Amino acid sequence: MNFELTSERQMLQDTLRRYLGDRYTTEVRNRIIESDAGMSAEIWRELADLGIVAALFTEDQGGFGGLGFDIVTVFEELGRAGVVEPFLDTAVLAGGLVADLGSEAQRAVLERVVGGEAQLAWAHGEPTSRYDLSHVETTARSLDGGIELNGRKSVVVNAEAAEALVVTARESGEPDDPEGLSLFLVPGGTPGLSLRGYPLMGGARAAEVTLETVHVPEAARLGPAGDVYSAIERRVAMANVALSAEALGAMETAKALTVAYLGTRKQFGRPIGTFQALQHRMADLMIELEQARSAVILAAGHMADERCSRERHVSAAKNLIGRVGRLVAEESIQMHGGIAMSQEYELAHIAKRIVMLDHRLGDTDHHMERFIAFSHV
Amino acid sequence: MDLSDTPEELAFREEVRAFLSAHLPARLSDRVRAGKSLSKEDHEAWHAMLNTKGWLAGSWPKEYGGAGWNAVERHIFEEECALAYAPRILPFGLAMLGPVLQAFGSPAQKDYWLPRILSGADWWCQGYSEPGAGSDLASLKTRAVRDGDHYLVNGQKTWTTLGQHANMIFCLVRTDPAAKAQEGISFLLIDMTAPGVEVRPILLLDGTAEVNEVWFTDVRVPVENLVGEENKGWTYAKYLLTHERTNIAGVGFSIAGLERLKHIARIERSGGRPLIENPHFAARLAKVEIDLMAMATTNLRVISRAAEGQAPGVESSMLKVKGTVIRQEINDLTRRAVGPYAMPFVSEALEGANEPPVGPDYAGPVAAQYFNNRKLSIYGGSNEVQRQIIAKTLLEL
Repeated sequence: MNFELTSERQMLQDTLRRYLGDRYTTEVRNRIIESDAGMSAEIWRELADLGIVAALFTEDQGGFGGLGFDIVTVFEELGRAGVVEPFLDTAVLAGGLVADLGSEAQRAVLERVVGGEAQLAWAHGEPTSRYDLSHVETTARSLDGGIELNGRKSVVVNAEAAEALVVTARESGEPDDPEGLSLFLVPGGTPGLSLRGYPLMGGARAAEVTLETVHVPEAARLGPAGDVYSAIERRVAMANVALSAEALGAMETAKALTVAYLGTRKQFGRPIGTFQALQHRMADLMIELEQARSAVILAAGHMADERCSRERHVSAAKNLIGRVGRLVAEESIQMHGGIAMSQEYELAHIAKRIVMLDHRLGDTDHHMERFIAFSHV
Repeated sequence: MDLSDTPEELAFREEVRAFLSAHLPARLSDRVRAGKSLSKEDHEAWHAMLNTKGWLAGSWPKEYGGAGWNAVERHIFEEECALAYAPRILPFGLAMLGPVLQAFGSPAQKDYWLPRILSGADWWCQGYSEPGAGSDLASLKTRAVRDGDHYLVNGQKTWTTLGQHANMIFCLVRTDPAAKAQEGISFLLIDMTAPGVEVRPILLLDGTAEVNEVWFTDVRVPVENLVGEENKGWTYAKYLLTHERTNIAGVGFSIAGLERLKHIARIERSGGRPLIENPHFAARLAKVEIDLMAMATTNLRVISRAAEGQAPGVESSMLKVKGTVIRQEINDLTRRAVGPYAMPFVSEALEGANEPPVGPDYAGPVAAQYFNNRKLSIYGGSNEVQRQIIAKTLLEL
C-alpha cells in the first residue's frame, strides 16, 4: 500500500500549484469570469505549455498521463485555484472521446488540443434528459452518403470556444435506450448549427445548441455506429472523478480561507475561532474533508476496473463529494458571515464552484441511485 | 385546544384574500413567484396600494395610521400575502423605525416622520452593521460628536439593504467612547442627501447589488434627529428585536416556496417519471414539509401567546433559527430540482429582459436564490448569536 504520489505526479502538482498560486489570483480570476469570453486564452496557452493538457491524455494518445491519478492530481489543483478554463470539456470529455474512439485522421486534432491551440466541447445533455446519460432524442439519419442531425442540446459547456463539437445522436431505438447512440464530430459554424451562449453561475460559459438539418459526412462519425454508450459511460466516469477532485481542491481552499478568517476576525473582543460553537463545526468540516479526499482516491484507483465496480466507486465518490461539498460551501459562508456574500471575496467564487459542480454529470441523489443500482448487479 | 381559525379570524382571512385577488397586480406577483427582483417603483406602488387600504402598517396602533392588528391578525395577513406572491413589505420604516419612534420619539418626531413612512415620502434604510461590528453589534465605531445644535458624524456602515434607494437612514452611533460598549450608543436619523454621505454598492455572490456600504465624512445632523436620550440607543435597538419579530419564522415564504418547488418537481422528469415521484427526492421533500408543518405550529403557539400580550423572548431566536434553516432547505431542493439548468447564470432572469429564458422559465433564478438566501442565517443576528441567546436563557450560567 502506498498513498504517495509518484515523483512525476508530485512534480506536476508542484508545477501547477506554483503557477496558479502566482498567476491565477482572485483578482485575475474575477476579471476572467466577467470577461465576454469567460476564460483567458493566454492562461490556457500557458497551462498547455506547462503540459497540463498533455497530463490528461495517455502516451499513445499524445500525452504523458491520462490515468485516474493523473486526472485527480491536475483537477485538485485546478479546483484549489478556482480555475474556470474548460479542461474538463476540451480534454477529459470531448478530447477523451476522440482519443478513445477516433480514427487516425480524427485524432489529428488531439495534437493541437494538447498544444493548447484547439478547444472542444461535448454536446450530449438535452432539455429533458436531466442526468440520464442514455436519454438522447437528437437524431442522426443516413442520407446520400452523409449524415443529417436534428435536435437540441442543453448547457453545452465551452460550446462557443470549441472548434468542433462532439455531438451524441440517436440512430435507432427509443429515447432512453443505451443502444443506438452514435457520436459525430461537428465543426463549429456548420450550417444548421446554432448556439445561444451564456455565462455559468460557477464561471465559464455554456450554450443551448440547436441542430437543424445539420449535414456532416460519414467521416464525421466517431466510433462504431449505434454502439458508443459504454465509451460514453467510461468517459463520464473519468469526468466525474475529475469533478470530484476539483471539488476537493476547492474545498481545501474554502477550509483554508475559513481557518484564516476564524483566526483573525474578532468579535466580542476575541478571535471568533476561540468560540467552541465554531471550533466544533470546523472540526466536523475537517473530518468530512478527509472523507472526501479518501473518496476521490478510492474512485481514481478503480477507474480501470470492470464496469460495475468502476461505476459503483465513481458514484460513491460523486455522492459523497456532493454531500460534503454542500456542507463545506454552506458552513464556510456561514462561519465567515456577511463578508462571504461579497462577490469580491475569494470564497464567493469557490463556494459557487463547489455547489455548482454537483449539477454536472449527475448530482448527489442521482449518484446515490446509481450506487444502489450497481450494488445489486 | 382548537387549531382552526375562529370565525372572526376566518372572516379576516377571507377579507385579506379578497383584497389581494382584487388589487395585487399580476405583474408584481408574477415577478415575485419567478424569484425576480423588484424595482424601487414596484415596491413603492405596492406600499401605496396597501396604504390606501389602511393595511400598510399592520402592527401600528390606529392613532398613528396603522391597522392595529394583533399578532394573530398580522400573521394571517403575512401568510396570505406570501401565498399570493405579494411583494414583501419593506421593514425599514414600517417594522423597524416606526415602532421605535412610537415608543421613544418626541411628539414632533412622531408627527413629522410617521406619516412620511406611510406615504412613502421617505425611503428608510438601516445603519447598524459595520465592518468590525457584525454579530458583536455593540462594538460599533461610527462616531457622533456634538457640535452646537448639530452632531458631526464620521464612520462607516455596511450591508445596508436597499440603501441605494434610500433618502434617510436610522443609525446606531457612538456618542460616548468612554462608556461601556452598550452604554455609549445613540439612535440617530440621518439625511442621506446631506453632504459627506457616500453610498457604494456591494456586488453579492449571486450577481445582485441589494446591499451597500455607507460612508459618513463630517456629516452634520441636527440634534432634533436624535431619538430618545443620548447614549440610550442600545435600549431602543433592542426594543426592536423583542417587539417586531412575529414574521421572523417566514412561514408564509416557506409555504409559498414549497408550493413552487412542488410545481417544479411535477414538471421535471427523472428516470422517465415526474421528479416528485422519485423516492430520494420525495423523501427530501417530505422531510422539509414535515419540519415546516411543525414549525408553522410552533410559530402559531408563539403568536397566540403574543396576541395575549406576552412578549416573545427566546422563542424569537428559536423561530429565527428553524425558520431560516427550513427556507434554505427549500432553496436547496429547488436548486437540485432543476438539474443542469441550475448552472446558467443569466442575470436577465433577475432583471426581467424580453429574451426567452434559458431552459424552463422557473429555472433561471433558483441557483441565485439559493446563494442569496445564505444571508438568512447570517443577518438580523446570525443563527450562532440566536443559539447563544437560547443557550444562555436555558442554562442560566
